[in-house]
Amino acid sequence: MAFQLLLNFIIAVVWMFMSSSMTATTFIIGYLIGFLLIFLTRRFFKQRLYTGRLWAALKLTLLFFKELTLSNISVLLLVIRPKLNIQPRIFAMLTELETDWEVTLLSSLITLTPGTIVVHVSDDQRTLYIHAIDAEDAEEAIESIKNTFEKAIREVSRT
Amino acid sequence: MIVLANILIVATIIVGVVFTIVTSIGVLRLPDVYTRAHAASKSSTLGVLGILLGVFFHFWLNEGHFSIQILLGILFLFITSPIGGHLMSRAAYMSGVKPTELTVKDDLAEVVKKAKQSKAVTSQKEQ
Repeated sequence: MAFQLLLNFIIAVVWMFMSSSMTATTFIIGYLIGFLLIFLTRRFFKQRLYTGRLWAALKLTLLFFKELTLSNISVLLLVIRPKLNIQPRIFAMLTELETDWEVTLLSSLITLTPGTIVVHVSDDQRTLYIHAIDAEDAEEAIESIKNTFEKAIREVSRT
Repeated sequence: MIVLANILIVATIIVGVVFTIVTSIGVLRLPDVYTRAHAASKSSTLGVLGILLGVFFHFWLNEGHFSIQILLGILFLFITSPIGGHLMSRAAYMSGVKPTELTVKDDLAEVVKKAKQSKAVTSQKEQ
């Protein structure tokens, strides 16, 4: 992805030199032309087109903001309820993510989602130990984490 | 236009203040470290985010000053606050703070016990 982005920038700069006008407008035109060229020659790259990854990252960001809002509303409702009716539980969740940054991102996202906090990551980075504020939701939480966050992160890191 | 801008500013700051209050009530009411970490790491993030966004909109729309520093502050907050919550709850767990009696099930307890035993065995061998 970094390589394609850099190539696109270089094409834009070359376009600026060719039209000998060093303005932002020329740069943007050159960038669009470069993107068209990269799109046409996409089967020579080993990785997929970089816009796919950018789009996945954007979707992950939007998902993150949605979950952050939901989690805050759930904490609000929990805290202002007159009687505390919670059953905390620490459960283990297996993850299929491999690299360091993926696991870090996943645990940050889990910490900011409704009712869950990562307490410990096992030494082989295969298991996350998650503190859930309500045990009944734990299984559901595992499912939703697996289906939404892991999928979204894998979508970003897919080559 | 100015009315709209002011409504936006007031709304974001009110959201921020409300969630900051929720954080402090949560820290007072919840029973143990881990449940308090829930309140502290989530609500305070959104609370400070709301207040910073309100300040950003005020200086941008009313004073005409586009402040990148505030946006950077929001970004840094997002990166650091969940990690802070995680590190504090992990440090508490590793130094043996017990979760509240309400806790139903604890999968981590055995793992930590085993790790401590194997550590003790290796240190005995070294001696």
